[in-house]
Parts: sequence; structure tokens; C-alpha cells
Amino acid sequence: MYHWIPFWPDTAATNAIAVNNLFIAELGLSALIMVTVVGMMVVFCIRYRRGSSASRANLTETTWHFEVGWTTATLATFLVLFVWGAGMYVWLYQAPRGDIEIYVVAKRWMWKMEHPGGQREIDALHVPVDKTIRLVMASEDVIHSFFVPAFRVKHDVVPGTLETLWFKADKIGTYFLACTQFCGLQHATMQGKVVVMSGPDYARWLTQQGVHESLAQQGEELFRAHGCSGCHDKNSTVHAPSLVGLYGTMVHLQDGTVRVADETYIHDCIFNPRSFTVAGYPPIMPDFSGQLNEGDVLKLVAYIKSLGHPEERAK
Amino acid sequence: MRGSAAVLRPEPQYASLDQQGDVAQVGMWVFLVNETIFFGALIFTYFLYRTFYSHDFDIAAKDAVLWCGSVNFALLVTSSLTMVLAINAAAQGRRRAMIWLLVATVALGCLFLGVKGFEYYLDYQDKVVPVVNYQAKPGEGPAGELFWFFYWVATGLHAIHLTIGIGLVLYMLLWRIRRGEITPAYFAPLEVVGIYWSFVDTVWLFLYPCIYLVGRS
Amino acid sequence: MSVTTAERVPQGDPVSAVPNYLTAENTIVSWLFTKDHKRIALLFFASITFFFFVGGFAATMMRLNLATPEGLLQPAVYNRMFTMHGIIMVWFFLIPSIPATFGNFFIPMMIGARDLAFPRINLASWYVFNLSGLVVLYALVMGGANTGWTFYTPLSTIYANGYVFAAALAVFINGFSSIMTGLNFVVTIHRMRAPGMTWMRLPLFVWGIYAVSVVMLTATPVLAMDTFLLGAERFLGLGLFDPTHGGDPLLWQHMFWFYSHPAVYIMILPGMGVVSEIIPCYARRPVFGYAGMTIALMSIAILSFFVWAHHMFVAGISIYSAIVFSLMTFFVAVPSAIKVFNWTVTLHKGRIVFDAAMLYALGFVLLFTLGGVTGLMLATLAVDVDVHGTYFVVAHFHYIMVGATVSAFFGALHYWWPKMTGRMFPEGIARFAAILTYIGFNLTFFPQFVLGYLGMPRRSYTYPAQWQSWNLLSSAGASILAIAYLLPLCYLGWSLFKGRKAAANPWGATGLEWTTPSPPPQHNFKRTPVVELGPYSYNPEDGSYISQDGTAHAG
Repeated sequence: MYHWIPFWPDTAATNAIAVNNLFIAELGLSALIMVTVVGMMVVFCIRYRRGSSASRANLTETTWHFEVGWTTATLATFLVLFVWGAGMYVWLYQAPRGDIEIYVVAKRWMWKMEHPGGQREIDALHVPVDKTIRLVMASEDVIHSFFVPAFRVKHDVVPGTLETLWFKADKIGTYFLACTQFCGLQHATMQGKVVVMSGPDYARWLTQQGVHESLAQQGEELFRAHGCSGCHDKNSTVHAPSLVGLYGTMVHLQDGTVRVADETYIHDCIFNPRSFTVAGYPPIMPDFSGQLNEGDVLKLVAYIKSLGHPEERAK
Repeated sequence: MRGSAAVLRPEPQYASLDQQGDVAQVGMWVFLVNETIFFGALIFTYFLYRTFYSHDFDIAAKDAVLWCGSVNFALLVTSSLTMVLAINAAAQGRRRAMIWLLVATVALGCLFLGVKGFEYYLDYQDKVVPVVNYQAKPGEGPAGELFWFFYWVATGLHAIHLTIGIGLVLYMLLWRIRRGEITPAYFAPLEVVGIYWSFVDTVWLFLYPCIYLVGRS
Repeated sequence: MSVTTAERVPQGDPVSAVPNYLTAENTIVSWLFTKDHKRIALLFFASITFFFFVGGFAATMMRLNLATPEGLLQPAVYNRMFTMHGIIMVWFFLIPSIPATFGNFFIPMMIGARDLAFPRINLASWYVFNLSGLVVLYALVMGGANTGWTFYTPLSTIYANGYVFAAALAVFINGFSSIMTGLNFVVTIHRMRAPGMTWMRLPLFVWGIYAVSVVMLTATPVLAMDTFLLGAERFLGLGLFDPTHGGDPLLWQHMFWFYSHPAVYIMILPGMGVVSEIIPCYARRPVFGYAGMTIALMSIAILSFFVWAHHMFVAGISIYSAIVFSLMTFFVAVPSAIKVFNWTVTLHKGRIVFDAAMLYALGFVLLFTLGGVTGLMLATLAVDVDVHGTYFVVAHFHYIMVGATVSAFFGALHYWWPKMTGRMFPEGIARFAAILTYIGFNLTFFPQFVLGYLGMPRRSYTYPAQWQSWNLLSSAGASILAIAYLLPLCYLGWSLFKGRKAAANPWGATGLEWTTPSPPPQHNFKRTPVVELGPYSYNPEDGSYISQDGTAHAG
């Protein structure tokens, strides 16, 4: 649909179509503004150049009619753009549940992707077409930014927290992936590709990756190896909150605040337990920063999400 | 005494000494707006981390030496009083009173610095110097060190400002007043220093509860 | 046939016996310890021109590197180049450019004063600027910082291995120079106006500098605290911005942009003031909507403090705060749009002359408008998600900071050159340089909008081969721009020795500064002028005009 516009980038996701329409509208408005300003300027410069005989009589003394007029028109136009853009932003940035969740770890200078079934890839992301893909992203070092121009989606990947992003690719093909937050020496080459495949091709690709353990299963091993089950197991003598069915519920914290138990919350509890003690529990959870890296945490998150949702574990 | 009001002329860009004095004061006030934002940014960051880590800050703050802070508070407020009285004396031409009051102001300021220095020594003994000599107290998490970082930066900056203030008052005493350039007709330079001194006092008014009254309710 | 500039502009008076500010004293000491705002303006001129060339050299190397994907520079070197280019251009050229030169020179003259309120602080500001300049040169020569001018954490505090601390220290010291200049202007404009010079009779350049000074005074201290905390974190490893110690990397961004967004308005407001002087003068008619223009300037200054997080729409801030910041960003765009309309309509029923200064001013309006409409796109949340961090943003801010501000700087240079130096420059070559600037600039930066939308990330020493044509075009344009910027150096320098002597008021302008000889005497006015009317009393019907001190002039 957009291929007739010269130099236009690929449009390969439902996200991109929406952004295209808004951007084209703004291009049109910009062209209108430029034509108006340039046009007026050229006309006035020619008509009222020094040597011309045009009449300069009756210079407008009261200007406020014009000023109020074009201020109002400008403001109204801007508000339309604002509302359109804000509405779309809310849609773009409130990641839905997603058909498939893929975990992304950014580190200097590569993208590591982990599919729920445990398949891993570096600097490439294979996804099926026409499915809502939800990415959960972590950084191991500095701030990076995950950007796929063809999908018109981008989100910074900030160390110390987890970010989510979603897209729904609607065109099969290979698309450019780049880091757009300066992250050091090889920022310019921290790039990769997103490969959008048909459903059957994607399923075949998954089985060809030769991995046996899903992310959730790897997370369960970490859970036991680092002693989490020592407190959080239902048979434990230590008074610790149960994690079964935790994901997605509202949690009341010691300091009176309430948080949704999403990926970021789980990440925060592991790395900064004292600040996020659940109400009614002693603040005795040890701090795991230094023992676990971001990739480990993503596996633990996958495991915890699967507790109480047995269908998640099999993926 | 050397010099008299007749010798004192406004600078070429000013129409009168009155204008010069008035503009100097406006300048100091505008500068203080700027300084308020500078300290304000620091205090804002402090409050941000205090909110995130109230538990750690409460424990860390227990080592703040309350008696030092309170004595300093009293010293500084008194010095503001002596400064204002000195300016009053200048306006009324009471030269000896003005000089003694300014000397008192300097003395109180120096006493403040002395108490602060002693407090720094105690802080070092208590091992609350981040990075250099720091030991977290029982139950204190890593954010406690942040409290002490703010303490050293805020009180250090304040001490620098106070030292500059003392320097300015000494300059008034040993240079301007000795040469007879401060008279009831024109004492704006002293007023300008007075405004600055009050600001330094006000900053302490805000730092004192942040540092010494945290978690003591 | 049309009248040439030489015929139109009055000849200068024969050399008078009254010494001017340049000839009054001639020792180096008299320059280095001067209290004369005009001399201090020239001192600043020298400093910022030097840094313009240093930053420009970095830009040249960057564009040479980007002409091909294989490049020219090692990645480490390129990364330091773009960082130092940003730091030097922002703090050592753009921010002081118009205020410290033309502001220093002309604010007292335009308000009828004999100097600024605090001449010694003015001189101190220059020395502090140079001190910060020495520190930044040290950082540069030792290898430069490599974090981008925005110093994002934790890259800058933990991972970067360049001279981050030195660069941050340079910026910290530089801030004090800004603050001193801003303080001087605010107090001077409030308290030293000549009798009859009410606020609503002030030239718009004075309003522009006033607005800038308010922003400088209120925003720069936050930068001082930011760079201080950054330096402390890097030096002491404390954990303010370090997530592994409970710090928040985004806190740096909030604090940094709280200053740096107003800073970009510091960089454009003086340019707007300059253009508001030039256009009425060369269109020979009053500015359209004077009151609206002053309200617009002050609104921009105030609103600039409420939009900072539009630099962080994709950084992970809450969706709701992003929405608020987007709305505020649209609000701040409205007064800018009003100014563009007012400038354009100021041409209506004028008697327009196309001297070099006017060409730069008209170029400013067009380039600012183009930069501004792309700003609307960036303010639109969903579009920003796409183009943030790409060359689209780079093109946008260069349109404003280079296309607009540097054009305004050159416009001011040509407009006030006769007054400052007492010489006229050759008009023909000056107009050619103006037009060449415009062409070179668009060739350099318009392709970058396309590159950004195609997806080229910024701060990249290389790129996928399919984008080479756009990059090559941009680099070619940059070479034209470089020539256009070097030309004035040549003919203006020539004019100092061989230019025609300038009259007091070669352009027939109405400001108080034009009632003094060219160059002005040391204390500007023999007697303090009494102001009778507002600025821009040009009558396009017969070409006559009335100076602000009430002197009428025939057309």
C-alpha cells in the first residue's frame, strides 16, 4: 500500500501501518505549513520588494484578530495530532498478553534472544507471521534500545529493570534490527535481523534448534540451585510468600503501596528485596544481585509465571 | 579617617550612588535565586532517594551528631542577628557598633566551622565517610552510604559558602570600612553581604532537619 | 535600474577626533582587564569562534567518515569525535554565541545605558569561560569523552573509558560563565533602562536576551548539580545512577534533560530576537504583533521547563507522564508558530531590501519552520517511538541549532558589523555566502531526515551499505556548507582593512544603538538618551523612519 511513496521503508507489522498513517498525515500537514509560509514569503518578497509600485497604504494597526485566529487554529491542529499520537502510543506501549513471549537480553554488543521452549539465537529473532509477539527485555550492562524500523517499534532496554514490547508482523521477510541508544564502541554494529516466517516454517525452525529444556524448566533448576525453594516451597518452615499463581495479581507491600506482580516486580524482588517486602512478611529475603545475571532472572521469571499455569510450562 | 562620601562616586554606568546600591542588591537577590535552585536540585535528589530507601536512611542517620548540628544552628542564627544589627548600625552611623557586630559575625561563623570540623572528625571516627572510611551499621542496606554522601556534599558545599561569606565580611571590615567607604549615605555593599549571609543561614535551616532530624520522631 | 547598496547606504564620516572604544586604549592589558562591555563582547567573539572551528573540525571528520560505510576513522575515534562535537558546539559555541557577543555589545546600547550593571562580573564570565575551555581542550587532546554529549548513565559512570570526568568538569565550570552573563543581563534590563524606555518599548532583541537570561539563571544550576553528581559517581563509585547498587539510570536522564531542554531554548531565543530586529529593518515596516512576540518569547522560556521528558518517551517512563509531556511539548510549539507567522506577515506591505543580513534572517524563518514541523512529529508520541534515536532527530535539531541559530548569528554579524567595526563589507559576496549557506545546509541535513525514517541509528560510525547514497549526499552538502561558513571570515576580515567607512546608521534602523557613531565611543552615549517611542517606527509608505529617541528621518 505504501510502496508508491519514494524512499519509504518496509511496512511489515500492524504497528507499522498505524504509525505510517499518522506520519503521512503529519508529512501532509508539514507540507501545507511549508507551502503556506514559503508561499507567503515569496509572494510578499516579490510584491513588496523595494522598487515595486504596490500600495503600502493602510498598514494593519490592530493585529490581534489575526493572532488569536492563527493561534487557535495552530493549537487545535496540534491537539488533534497529540490525541491521535497519544492514543496510538498507549496501544503501542501497553503490551498485551501475546501469543508468544520471547526474552531478549541486550549486552554490549549483541542481542541474545531466548524462546520459551529454550531455543536461543544471537542477533537474530525468528517469529511467526500474524501472531502477537511479546518481548521481555533486560540489559546486562548499559542502556540499549531495541528497534525494528519495519515494525516502527522501539523501546529502550534499561539495566536494573525489565521492559516489554509487542508487535504483530504481517509480512513474511527479513527485517533490520538495530540498537538505537549509544552503548559504547560497537554500538553502530549492534544490529541483527528479525525473520518473519509462516506458522509451519516457524514450528519447523523451533524443532531444528536442538534444545530440550524450556525456559521455565531452566528457571526451575535455578530456583532450586540458588535456594529459592528453601523459603518459597510450600513445605518450607520459613514464612515466605507463595509464588503459585502470583503472576498478574496485586501485591500489598510493607510500605503501604500496591504493585502488580509483573515481570518487573519479580525482577525487583530478586535484586532489591528489602525495598519490596510484602506486607506481613519479615524482611529476610537475601539480595541476589551479584549472584544472578539478567539472563538467569529472565529464566526465573519464566518459571514463576508458569507456577499455577501448567500450560505455560509445556511451551 | 581617610576618605569621605564626597570622594565616593558611582561607576560610569550608574546615574547615582543610590542606583548603584539598589542594583547591587537586586543582583545579589537574583544570584540567590540561582543558588536556591542549585541547592534545591541537591535536596530534591536527597528526598528522592530518601523516599526509595527510607529504612536505610533512618538507620544511617542515627550516627548524625545531633548536638553539633543544633549548636551550629544556634550559632548561625545568632550570626544572622549580629549581621542585621551591624547593617542597622551602619545606617545610623554608629561605626564602632557596626565594626564589633561584624567581628561577632565573623567569630560566630568561624565557631560554626570549628564545630563542623570537630563533627567531621567524629564522623570519621564513626566510619561514616563514604568510600574513604565507611562501615554500614547493623541492619543498614547499601543505600545508607548514599545518605552520608549527601551529608558530606551538602555540608561541604554549605561550609564553602560560609567561608566565602566570612571572607566577604572580612573584606568589608579590613578594606571598605577601614577606608571609610561605608557610611550612612552609602552602605549598600554591606547590605549585599548581609543578604548573602542570610542565605547561607537559610540553607542551614533546610539542611538541619534533612540531616539531623531524620527518623528521630 | 535598482539602487545598489553602495548608493543606498550613506557614506561614513571622515575620521573624527573622538576616540572610539577600539582606539581609546591600545595595550593588551587594556583589553584583558577591560570593563567595557563592547570589548568583552569582542573577547567572547574570539573565544567562541575558536571553538566553532574546533567543533566544526570534528563535524568535518565525522562527515568524511560517514561518506562511505567503510569509513575513515577507527570506531573509538569516531565515538569521541561526535561526543566532543556535541559538547563543544553546545556549551562552547551555541549557548554563548549570540548572548555573550551581540548581547554583551548591544544590550546596554539598545536600552540607552553606558555599560552593563556589573562590568567586572562580565569580564570574569569571559575568564571562567576560557578556564572551562582549557579543561575541555585538555579532555579533547587527551582523547576525548566517548559517551555522547548527553552522558547517559551507567555508560558514562561505569563503562566508558574516555575522559568523561574532565569533560563533565569543563561543562560544570562553563555553567558559571552562563550564570554570570545571565545575571548581568537580567539586572541590567530591569534597572538600567534609559528614561522613557518602558518594557513595551524595548526592542525584541532585548526581550529575547531577557528571556534567555531568565532561563540561564534558573536552569544552569541544575546542570551544575548534575555534572557534580556525575563526576562524583564516576570518581567515587557511589550508586546514585548504578542499578546494581539500587540507583536509577533514568534519574540521570531526568536531571540532565531538566536543564538541557531549556538549554536548547537558550540556543534559539536569542536568534529569534535577532531576526525580529533584522526583518522590520530591511522590510522597512514595524514588526507585526509586537506584544504577541514578547508574550511568545516569555511563554517559550517558561514552558520550556515543562517538556523535558519528551527526550525519554521510549526510555521506560510511565505512559501517563509521557502523555502529559507530549501535550506540554505541543503547547510550547504554539508560541514558536506564532512567531513564524508574525515574521512572515511583517513582510506584507513592506519595502523589502535583500541585503545579506535579511537573507540570513529569511533563511532562519524557513529553516526554523522546517525544523519546527519535524519537532511536531517528534512531539507526537507514536511517531517518536519510531524515529527517536535515529538520524531523524539529528536532522531536526541541526535544522534548529545550525539552520536557524547559526543563520541568526551570521545575520547579526552582518547587521551589526558596521556598528561594531566602523566598516562596511562587500554586499555581493555576502549575499552569495548567505545563499550558499542555505543550499549547503539543506543538502547536508535534509537527507538525514530520510535516513532516520529509514532506520539509521544516530551515533553510528558505520551503516548498512544500502544507505550510502544519502550519506554521501549529506557529506557533499557539508563541504558546501563549510565553504559558506568560511567565506565570511575572508571578506569580513578584508573589510577590517579595506572596507568602506561606515556611517552611524547605514541601514536606517530605529534602535538607540544606531544613534551613536560607528564604532561607538567608550561610554556609548554622550548624554543618556530619552526614549520617545517604541521600536520599529518604520513607515513603508514613504520609507521614512523615526529613531527611538524621537529623531525623524526622511525616506
